[in-house]
Amino acid sequence: MVEFLSFRDDEPTQEPAVTLEAFAGQTNATAVRIEPGEDARELLSVLDRLSLVEVNFPAFGDGRGYSAARILRESGYTGELRAVGDVLVDQLSAMRRCGFDSFKPNRPLDPAVVEASLNRYADVYSKTIDGRAPVWAKRHPEASNV
Amino acid sequence: MYRYDQYDQEIVDARVEEFRDQARRRLSGEMTEEQFRPLRLMNGLYLQLHAYMLRVAVPYGTMSGKQMRMLGHIARKYDKGYGHFTTRQNIQYNWIKLDDAADILADLASVEMHAIQTSGNCIRNISSDQYAGVGATEVADPRPWAELMRQWSSFHPEFTYLPRKFKICVIASPDDRAAMRLHDIGIELVKRDGKVGAKFFAGGGMGRTPMIAPEIKDFVPEEELISYAEACLRVYNRYGRRDNKYKARIKILVHELGVEEYKRQVEEEFAHMKTLGIDPPVAELDRIRAFFADPAYETGLSEEIDRTDPDFALWLDTQVVAHKAPGYAIVNISLKPIGGIAGDASAEQIELVADLAERYSLDEVRVTHAQNLVLPNVKKADLYAVWQELHAAGLGEANLDLITDIIACPGLDYCSLANARSIPVAQKISERFAEAGRQRDLGELKLKISGCINACGHHHAGHIGILGVDRRGVENYQLLLGGSGAEDASLGDITGPGFSEDGVVDAIEKVTDLYVAQREPGERFLDTYRRIGMKPFKEVLYG
Repeated sequence: MVEFLSFRDDEPTQEPAVTLEAFAGQTNATAVRIEPGEDARELLSVLDRLSLVEVNFPAFGDGRGYSAARILRESGYTGELRAVGDVLVDQLSAMRRCGFDSFKPNRPLDPAVVEASLNRYADVYSKTIDGRAPVWAKRHPEASNV
Repeated sequence: MYRYDQYDQEIVDARVEEFRDQARRRLSGEMTEEQFRPLRLMNGLYLQLHAYMLRVAVPYGTMSGKQMRMLGHIARKYDKGYGHFTTRQNIQYNWIKLDDAADILADLASVEMHAIQTSGNCIRNISSDQYAGVGATEVADPRPWAELMRQWSSFHPEFTYLPRKFKICVIASPDDRAAMRLHDIGIELVKRDGKVGAKFFAGGGMGRTPMIAPEIKDFVPEEELISYAEACLRVYNRYGRRDNKYKARIKILVHELGVEEYKRQVEEEFAHMKTLGIDPPVAELDRIRAFFADPAYETGLSEEIDRTDPDFALWLDTQVVAHKAPGYAIVNISLKPIGGIAGDASAEQIELVADLAERYSLDEVRVTHAQNLVLPNVKKADLYAVWQELHAAGLGEANLDLITDIIACPGLDYCSLANARSIPVAQKISERFAEAGRQRDLGELKLKISGCINACGHHHAGHIGILGVDRRGVENYQLLLGGSGAEDASLGDITGPGFSEDGVVDAIEKVTDLYVAQREPGERFLDTYRRIGMKPFKEVLYG
């Protein structure tokens, strides 16, 4: 069983993440943690000093963190984006598509099930910022800039 | 009809295997029921009072004969020999075993069908007009747009854990047969400067807080459809309420923010979305459109219909409507036999309709939100033969849009949320008004019954609506008047104190008697109600 998953080439950031509120007042923090009700866009002006954004999922059914992740990636954030909390194996694939590249779930995951879940779908319908060509781009390579 | 390509098929096949693995982990105890719940729900599998219920998607209500036949096979092999067509143009089976669910999904995948996102807090099956492509008044066939959105919304990674379920409807006619403005997002295709685009409505819905969706955008061009839809969803996903599931639908967000503020936020997000290149090229919509091109209609067909058989003539006048192609007609098949269960069909009936679709309707069948079926492409010369077969199979009822064409939810007989039974009330009303002459004299009268305030039976949108409640352990039925789910959308008003099961049947007789006494020439029940108001109805009910 694994307690931490990373899909990045660099080492995971070890610095503890501070809350969004605390982060605003600290000039030297590089890791921040955002909660479901917080606006990821508050970080857009400081993306270049961040090396880790943790997005907390207190309950797996609260999907606001998926939007937060995509917004950060769409705005050019390239640092570590970590899903923490009630993160379940069947959610990893959608989270990866939204831009998460590391995971620290409350409960350890079975690596075999992780592997199977992430490789289940060879193709995807919608385009995100994960670089995967959606089905429509494969159908129309000449008309798609993907 | 849309046909899967290798990509569509691979995705649906992968889903079957994913679900098989999830069910295995649940059955082995690796997963708790709480963890399994959202996963099975995203595959349309509910735990009901007696068994699992599986809801199968019928995208925009259109199927081929082969697909329809598979629904009959599933009813026979895995259920008790019947299925139930729903107000979302889907079909559900009420007696499913968890062990069988993955095999059923595999059978469905073999005919390009699935149960993806037919439940759960995600974007549900996209509904549409049952006369799409064959009706006389549409600006375009809405189904290619619905198919484009089906693909976009399937497994959308950002919108899989929304605050609540999300229902989208696409129509393309000023005549609304799909209750478009009672959806989370309603889209009406309109023409501007010779181009077809989407008019968006947002924040409609029924449930305990019914709302009619206000317009939020008058024209979205086809090349920006997905960006705009995605903007609507993102604002909802971020700001829709999650503290109370009864206030979590987008209608509450639109209402609490105000439509102008919601529009503003969507526009802001839309401007951002348009920079991301997430819209498929127009070539993709064109590719899908090619599947929905008109079939090869024969020309020079006879317009003559032999009306000598009076039973046939009655059915013809009630169930058959005008087709856009000369010599063809649209046949509505009633799933509301007198005293029957609204929307139920046996395996044999489903298979017969599949055969009729292949033999007489250019291989197409449709499901309507009023829980009936449609054969959209029948030659007028074949109508009598089609009627004879329907009639022999118990599908010959002539009651389209009449008082016995009742929408009813499954109610307390099946549903774990219900407070009262719906089916027996519908049956009693149907029997009370069974006589053909009486029904026809009452004219168009949409009667809708829900067994609890979740309003699955659309009672807010009934010309006459019935809401079952529990009053100190006794089923009690409130009466509503004046709702409509059509282009003249309105929400019904409660008449006053509720009635017992038999009392509500008597009450309906009182209000329809008043209508007959008060109506002016050409007025429907709804028109008379709108003209004379609630007061005289209250007097006959409680006076």
